[in-house]
Amino acid sequence: MLNNFQEFYNIIPILLIGAGFLISLLIEMYFKKSDVILPWFTILIFLAAGFHALYAVNSVSVIFQNMLATGGIVNIFYIIFTFGAAIVALLSIDYIKKYGTYFGEYYILLQTSILGMMLMAGAKDLFMIFLGLELMSVSFYSLAGLNRKRLKANEASLKYFLLGAFATGFIVYGIALIYGTVHSTSIDMIASRFYELSSDKLFIAGILLFLIGFSFKIAAFPFHMWVPDVYEGSPTTIAGLFSTGGKAAAFSAIIVTLGVLFTGRIGNILMPYLAVISVLSMFYGSIVAISQDNIKRMLAYSSISHAGYLLIGLAAGNSFGVAGVIFYLASYTFMNLGAFGIVALIEGKDESNLTLKSFSGLASRYPLLAALFSIIMFSLAGIPPFAGFFGKYYVFIAAIKSNLTWLAILGVLSSVISVYFYLRIVVLMYFKDAETDLKIDVSKTGLAAVIISVLLVIIIGIAPGTIIDLIAFFFK
Amino acid sequence: MSLQLILFILFGTISAISSVLMITRTNALISALFLILNFAGLSGLYLTLNAQFIAVTQVIVYAGAIMVLFLFVIMLLKPEHEKYFSHQPKLKIFAFFIAFIVFIQLVFMIFVSHPSQGNNANVAASVKAGTIEEIGKQLYTNYVLPFEAAGYLLLAATIGAIVLAKKKFE
Amino acid sequence: MNILQIIIFTIVKILIVVTIILLAVTYLVYFERKISAWAQNRIGPNRVGWHGALQSFADVLKLLLKEDIVPDAANKPIHTLAPIIALFVSFTTYAVIPFGPNINVFGFSVPLVVADVNIGILYVLALTSLGVYAITLAGWSSGSKYSLLGGIRSSAQMISYEISMGFSIGGVLLLSQSLRPVEIVQAQSGWMWNAILQPVGFITFLVSAFAETNRLPFDLPEAEPELVGGYHTEYSSMKFAGFFLAEYANMFIASALIVTLYLGGWQFPYLDHFGLSNGWFAVISVITFAIKVAALLFFFIWVRWSIPRFRYDQLMNLGWKVMFPLSLLNIIWVAVLIMVFKL
Repeated sequence: MLNNFQEFYNIIPILLIGAGFLISLLIEMYFKKSDVILPWFTILIFLAAGFHALYAVNSVSVIFQNMLATGGIVNIFYIIFTFGAAIVALLSIDYIKKYGTYFGEYYILLQTSILGMMLMAGAKDLFMIFLGLELMSVSFYSLAGLNRKRLKANEASLKYFLLGAFATGFIVYGIALIYGTVHSTSIDMIASRFYELSSDKLFIAGILLFLIGFSFKIAAFPFHMWVPDVYEGSPTTIAGLFSTGGKAAAFSAIIVTLGVLFTGRIGNILMPYLAVISVLSMFYGSIVAISQDNIKRMLAYSSISHAGYLLIGLAAGNSFGVAGVIFYLASYTFMNLGAFGIVALIEGKDESNLTLKSFSGLASRYPLLAALFSIIMFSLAGIPPFAGFFGKYYVFIAAIKSNLTWLAILGVLSSVISVYFYLRIVVLMYFKDAETDLKIDVSKTGLAAVIISVLLVIIIGIAPGTIIDLIAFFFK
Repeated sequence: MSLQLILFILFGTISAISSVLMITRTNALISALFLILNFAGLSGLYLTLNAQFIAVTQVIVYAGAIMVLFLFVIMLLKPEHEKYFSHQPKLKIFAFFIAFIVFIQLVFMIFVSHPSQGNNANVAASVKAGTIEEIGKQLYTNYVLPFEAAGYLLLAATIGAIVLAKKKFE
Repeated sequence: MNILQIIIFTIVKILIVVTIILLAVTYLVYFERKISAWAQNRIGPNRVGWHGALQSFADVLKLLLKEDIVPDAANKPIHTLAPIIALFVSFTTYAVIPFGPNINVFGFSVPLVVADVNIGILYVLALTSLGVYAITLAGWSSGSKYSLLGGIRSSAQMISYEISMGFSIGGVLLLSQSLRPVEIVQAQSGWMWNAILQPVGFITFLVSAFAETNRLPFDLPEAEPELVGGYHTEYSSMKFAGFFLAEYANMFIASALIVTLYLGGWQFPYLDHFGLSNGWFAVISVITFAIKVAALLFFFIWVRWSIPRFRYDQLMNLGWKVMFPLSLLNIIWVAVLIMVFKL
């Protein structure tokens, strides 16, 4: 219940998207030109919510009878989600028209998925984690299969749905066991009793099941099997959202639920699990990505290996690690959206131009696109001075601070492997002649979205210190 | 033996037997019917535990709505042609394995871990918690945000289902 | 009252209620035929008994003596189960509907309802939602395409109209602040009938009740020109009679439910100001209830001969695009009533 104006003020981002979703439904129903209005309206509410979250980042509070937190790292997650989604929406305007599959519901489901992510990031109760996760996932399942004409889209949607439901089953079972031992679903209660319960087998089983479920959602190694097919089958812009927003939301849920493990006050009992799946994901993703010919599948495997780097930060189990993870997520969101954005621009009708071959000689015909893509690839590979480098840097430093030097070294090794397949594209673009006769209409809005993400990657790369200090200040 | 205990044993037996019958039938439709019977038994169990609202919701939502959809799907898909899966020994072993783990875990929870130890058994409070008035009060005060979020979830799922099933391409 | 006395009283009440329903249903069939005859300018049954008054008993006897034919393609256990479910659902629903005020028997105050439970309305909703199974299973187990189509149509219809039915009840519950049918009736004292306070909800509930009982103009499950006999095409003898009985029992129960929820139940307006003795008060209340139910039943039959059958898409459009929003509007209207008039 809203006791005073301040509480109302603090949840404006959620209210904006919640109300905007309902208004979008009306626009879609009653306006003839909804295909023009709806995308811009969607971008507007995302930006409004994002800027409000940025502006109110200091107003830390807990509202709705201890259900939702606001301010601090919650708002930082809100910023990542909403700005990422705004870029996705901007990219989509021309992309989905290119296929002749415009549905207003595309933007509406985009909004609900972001709402779900925001509820997860702000959750103070396992109920909210579950409901937010389902709201996000249900929207994702439908978004993946929107292009029903394609067999692969149907496969992606169904595969995502089945495995996602399976993962949700793990999470709910975990929540049941946690509730059974803690006698509460409040995350604060779980945190305060974590130490005394860490010898209780049922409680640990619950936490592990919960983590396994979220390992599906973040696309970590043994639970990654859906990733390549889903990314390949879904619309490219939506695949970008899966790999950025979806991943960030799943990490936010892990961080808010198990935050007590990562503050260094009690030992990180889950370190072995996190470290093992982190190493497996990094190497599996990096090595398999080398043999991929389809750019979307390559980005999918790169997404798996990035999940591994992110998990290093959690395995480190100190506040630097978590701050590093959040920083990494922010930079990863924008560079990966840029990458998927360029793929969406180059992708022709009927799935053409998705092989690595179509990128060869790109620099001579579309120099701007080639330059932007190179910056993104450098950043993904972790080459300074771009944002991706600092993300990895903070995460590895955190691991070293927790005496996990071996993990940091393995991370660096895997990065070196990944440089091969990221820079291969740069080499193809600049030093090879064109093998295919590539003709594309570069859409203005799509190009603007890519430029914005590249600018953000550069800005985050220039001023990483202030951002990481801000995050670390809030995560205490 | 009190009346409540007799009813508890009766409904418990119904649910247990119907669930065993459900997984051993070869005809999918008969299985579904036994599942409905199982839900009815569970609903009876909830009644004996003073959870009236959950008991009725169990019937309305599961038996009345979800299982009807199951029946529809079974009737229209004709699963007689899908007997392939019932001859897969590997799947059966896997299913037994999973069920065994869950069973062990439940036994462990009930007989070793005693999860209810910390709760003092206040009968009057538990009876009150099961009534629809109390549930309504909780839903609209402490749990108002999850309640609203669940509303959004259902709306999003409806939109997603309709757009996947219905919309025509230009 | 100790537990044994409660059990005895309940068993007696169950017996009385079941007998009344069976008798009422028998005569309902007779009256339906008589009223149809009147509507079509015919005479109707007039051979068995005085003006054909025993016709229904003759029919029952005939059905009992007929051969029970089960088609080869049928799934026999389920084929037998379906009419049993139909009858079970119709008869058990009546358990929570009160047909009179508390009366004094042998010094005990006995409520005139089989089970006075505080989730009564939810119980009714739960059982109506189970009623779908009878028809669906009958349609499937017969092994005939007409039956299957009829069964599937009717399930879709019943599920669709259950929604507007449930939301219409929402308005009633808001006003009475209870799910106990006895309290819902008591909340409608005087002329504070829900049908008058929330006419929109009354109409949506009435229409939904027609659809739920598969009565004309919504009798698509057994639309003769399209589906022969719908879900009971392949039924004969007493199993057919089971469906027949259940249909009329459903009609009776729907009327009783409408009376309870919207028409003040057993209450005669301002009867408590007349200074009657307890016994006469109860008698007049029960008679009031019976008259209200009978009037509604007449309405059911009257509608059957006045409005033609809907097309299937019209039925679905009406359910989802008209009745569902109207029932939501009704809830808002009731909320406004409560806010403004502090009802």
